[in-house]
Amino acid sequence: MAGSNHSHDVAHHEAAHADHGSTKSYLIGFALSVVLTLASFGVVMSGAVPHDLMMPGIVVFGVAQLVVQLVCFLHMGTSPAQRGNLAIMLFTVLILAIVVVGSLWVLHNMNENMMHPLPRMMPVE
Amino acid sequence: MSSTALSAHHGALDGVSHGGDAHHHDDGSKTLLGFWIYLMSDCLIFSGLFATFAVLANATAGGPTGKELFELPYVLGETMLLLVSSVTFGMAMLNMHAGHRGKVIAWLAVTFLFGAGFIGMEVYEFAHLVHEGAGPSHSAFLSSYFTLVGTHGLHVTCGLIWLVVMMDQMRRFGLTDATRRRLSCLSLFWHFLDIVWICVFTFVYLRGAI
Amino acid sequence: MFGKLTLDAIPYHEPIVMGTLAAVLLGGLATLIIVTRMRAWGYLWSEWFTSVDHKKIGVMYIIVALVMLLRGFADAIMMRLQQAMASADSAGYLPPHHYDQVFTAHGVIMIFFVAMPLITGLMNLVVPLQIGARDVAYPFLNSLSFWLFVSGIVLVMVSLFIGDFAATGWLAYPPLSGLEYSPTVGVDYYIWALQLSGLGTTLSGINFIVTIMKMRTPGMTLMKMPVFSWTALITNILIVAAFPVLTVTLALLTADRYLDMHFFTNTLGGNPMMYVNLIWIWGHPEVYILVLPCFGAYSEIVATFSKKPLFGYTSMVYATAAIGVLSFLVWLHHFFTMGSGANVNAFFGIMTMIISVPTGVKLFNWLFTMYRGRVEMSVPMLWTIGFMITFVVGGVTGVLMAVPAADFVLHNSLFLIAHFHNVIIGGVVFGCMAAINYWFPKAFGFRLNERWGKASFWCWLVGFYLAFIPLYILGLKGMTRRMNHYANPEWQPYLVVALVGAVVIAMGIFFTVLQFYVSVRDRKKLTDPSGDPWGGRTLEWSISSPAPFYNFALLPQVRELDQFWEDKQNGVAYVQPAKYEDIHMPRNTGVGVVMGAFGAALGFALVWHIWWLAGVGLLGMIGAFIARAYDRDVDYWVPAAEVERIERSRHAQLQQFQTTQVAPVAAPSRQKVA
Repeated sequence: MAGSNHSHDVAHHEAAHADHGSTKSYLIGFALSVVLTLASFGVVMSGAVPHDLMMPGIVVFGVAQLVVQLVCFLHMGTSPAQRGNLAIMLFTVLILAIVVVGSLWVLHNMNENMMHPLPRMMPVE
Repeated sequence: MSSTALSAHHGALDGVSHGGDAHHHDDGSKTLLGFWIYLMSDCLIFSGLFATFAVLANATAGGPTGKELFELPYVLGETMLLLVSSVTFGMAMLNMHAGHRGKVIAWLAVTFLFGAGFIGMEVYEFAHLVHEGAGPSHSAFLSSYFTLVGTHGLHVTCGLIWLVVMMDQMRRFGLTDATRRRLSCLSLFWHFLDIVWICVFTFVYLRGAI
Repeated sequence: MFGKLTLDAIPYHEPIVMGTLAAVLLGGLATLIIVTRMRAWGYLWSEWFTSVDHKKIGVMYIIVALVMLLRGFADAIMMRLQQAMASADSAGYLPPHHYDQVFTAHGVIMIFFVAMPLITGLMNLVVPLQIGARDVAYPFLNSLSFWLFVSGIVLVMVSLFIGDFAATGWLAYPPLSGLEYSPTVGVDYYIWALQLSGLGTTLSGINFIVTIMKMRTPGMTLMKMPVFSWTALITNILIVAAFPVLTVTLALLTADRYLDMHFFTNTLGGNPMMYVNLIWIWGHPEVYILVLPCFGAYSEIVATFSKKPLFGYTSMVYATAAIGVLSFLVWLHHFFTMGSGANVNAFFGIMTMIISVPTGVKLFNWLFTMYRGRVEMSVPMLWTIGFMITFVVGGVTGVLMAVPAADFVLHNSLFLIAHFHNVIIGGVVFGCMAAINYWFPKAFGFRLNERWGKASFWCWLVGFYLAFIPLYILGLKGMTRRMNHYANPEWQPYLVVALVGAVVIAMGIFFTVLQFYVSVRDRKKLTDPSGDPWGGRTLEWSISSPAPFYNFALLPQVRELDQFWEDKQNGVAYVQPAKYEDIHMPRNTGVGVVMGAFGAALGFALVWHIWWLAGVGLLGMIGAFIARAYDRDVDYWVPAAEVERIERSRHAQLQQFQTTQVAPVAAPSRQKVA
């Protein structure tokens, strides 16, 4: 019984250790985040990026930074200890996508069908 | 078949030997799982706000647009403050795992300063907008902008209060199971707010300025 | 000092309201006097109000829900009476503004303060016992959830006598619910009552997910977990995923009303359609939140009273999970007519039809469970069979309305009202009644009287059809919902029949109350010495009735589904362990009550714009929570000797019972139908 206790503790400790990262992972995360933030702002502020590419650009850099921070700061991963949390997060992302994309789709169609005379009718203050 | 029986038996032994102990042992992981689920529900609060902002982003009712109002260099400053505070919190967590109570408190104090700096900048930005006549009651766009960004700010403010409480608990109680658990939760909360902010600056400020 | 609150806020001029107020005040006073006379305050406070025991919290939820059922049903009878009278030249007895508040209060109370607490109460009572846990994951949070819910109820009840309630319909669509068209405090009461109780619901959702994921007894893998616990898990996932959206929606409406913002106004770019969209993103999962645990209860009951394992356990689990995900993809069918166009309507119409498939799977599972079983027509089983018939009718009319073209005719007609009462009464109310009859012995140690239980069931069943079949017909004839008065005298006979139906349901409710009274009176005769009155299959029946406060002296070992049933078959169900151990338990705390009280004060202050009191309420809530974080004396150990003493007396009782009975689990008065 003592043996099982011991191995349990070791496993627990290792899992915990994998969870809390190191100075190095935080600094890497920080450096990447700074670079990606500057890249995002650069896309819009520099004037060097064609207008049509701005939106895809900031989305790509934004998503990349999300992933960086999830991995480096929140220590998300596919280790057994993290798998549950990851699954919960993926489900949340699914619901989030349904809420945002669904609302945009529904409301866009409603505005198209029901509101189209409005811009012309509405006085500009 | 026999192997499942064996593992079930092993599980049984494990359960018995940890019977009383299990509570203490599990508490940390149970709390962190629960807090993670809470964060996800919070994430869905933001999803509702983002959806509303997205739907109403062009409903400026003849008033000022994002392009006219947002000052990107200022926003970049806010972003950097929050980002640095994320890393300083990480340092506090590393020290917590290493068992250095004094350093934990010091890093938490640094985190608090950066967080407070972020809130200060945001309050100033809001005051400036209202002063310029672009307050939240001027158009649906401005309502949704103030509400989305303000809700994030409110969360950061709650995080600051929590930071103060945790610094005090570290001072009084030291690095106990309970304070470690709570600080781990706060760490998740704080990093989560930085992640929400990435979405805010991307979809509110940068997209608005395009 | 008192914001908008003046003495004029009390509706002196409305005799109905004042009569109710007098009745409530007298009833309240009588209760206070009785409790004081019995010197029961100390007992109530230390054993119930401050309790963190999931079983007691569950019982409190159910008691409050049943009390609120009386209030919500009073509203229903008032509406039926008004509509039975207000034809052609008659104006009925309720003025429109009052009538509008009545139908709003009816919907809000029945969904948020009857159905929700019933299922939350049942989950509290049953889930930890079924999964072999000693409590929920966060016992204090559980108590807090309950008291936040109570503070929401306090606001709704106060609105009856101070100020008014929303007159907007139960979902408070803007622009009607905006400041311009609802300038009184009614909508504000609505908002804060729902926000407080919604916060409690979200917290208890998180609590139960963690409980089920982390605290199952050794060996109980997810696919060996009883179906009720499975449905509870999915329901709580839905709660955590859907309630934040409600919180946001109401918060934005609040911003419109309090801060002069323009989310849902007609002016300055606001978009009321966004409110409808958002609230139904919450609202559709909500109906599955209500009905899934009831499905779980039916599954347990069908298996127990057919003396067979549940047919298709795996398909039941997958059907529940599928419903969970699909419930997020059908919300637009509540507003097909708003004009999203054919493509959008077609998508949501098809998704709605698809979601009926897993529900159909469940129905066939229950039928096949009964098939060739020794079905025992006990009270819970009667409710279950009543449900299976009624719910199918409701489901079919639902699929009918999932066709957008048909919905354009039936939208907001009484057909819709009949449909959703058909599924909510047939599914949720019947389910909760079945579950209360089924699990009552586990909570209190004695069974409920069968005769009055059956009387109640038949009244509900007959009353339901009398009350709602006429509404289907009226819907097809073109009568819309929420009418205070109508010009077409042809409709009146149907509405009179519906009133009669409501009166029959009232008798059903009365018989339920009588059933409780008679059962408490005859509790000695109805006692459940074995802890297993029905020949149950799941772990909650393996322990004594009522369950000991620590639930399980030793955590049970699970190797298969229905482990307790297997153990009984193998004769090893009641083996006494050689040695007991200390048990770690959470201490009771009054912080939940305190935070609930501050929450009610906060809500009341916000309704009436009493800003200083709002500050006190908010700071009080936060302060109490932080103070709790400084309390380090939150748990204790029950010594093994104490556990052993309790368990020994339980086993002695069990042995005495077994020697007096030929068959260990048969109760004398129940007849078996092959």
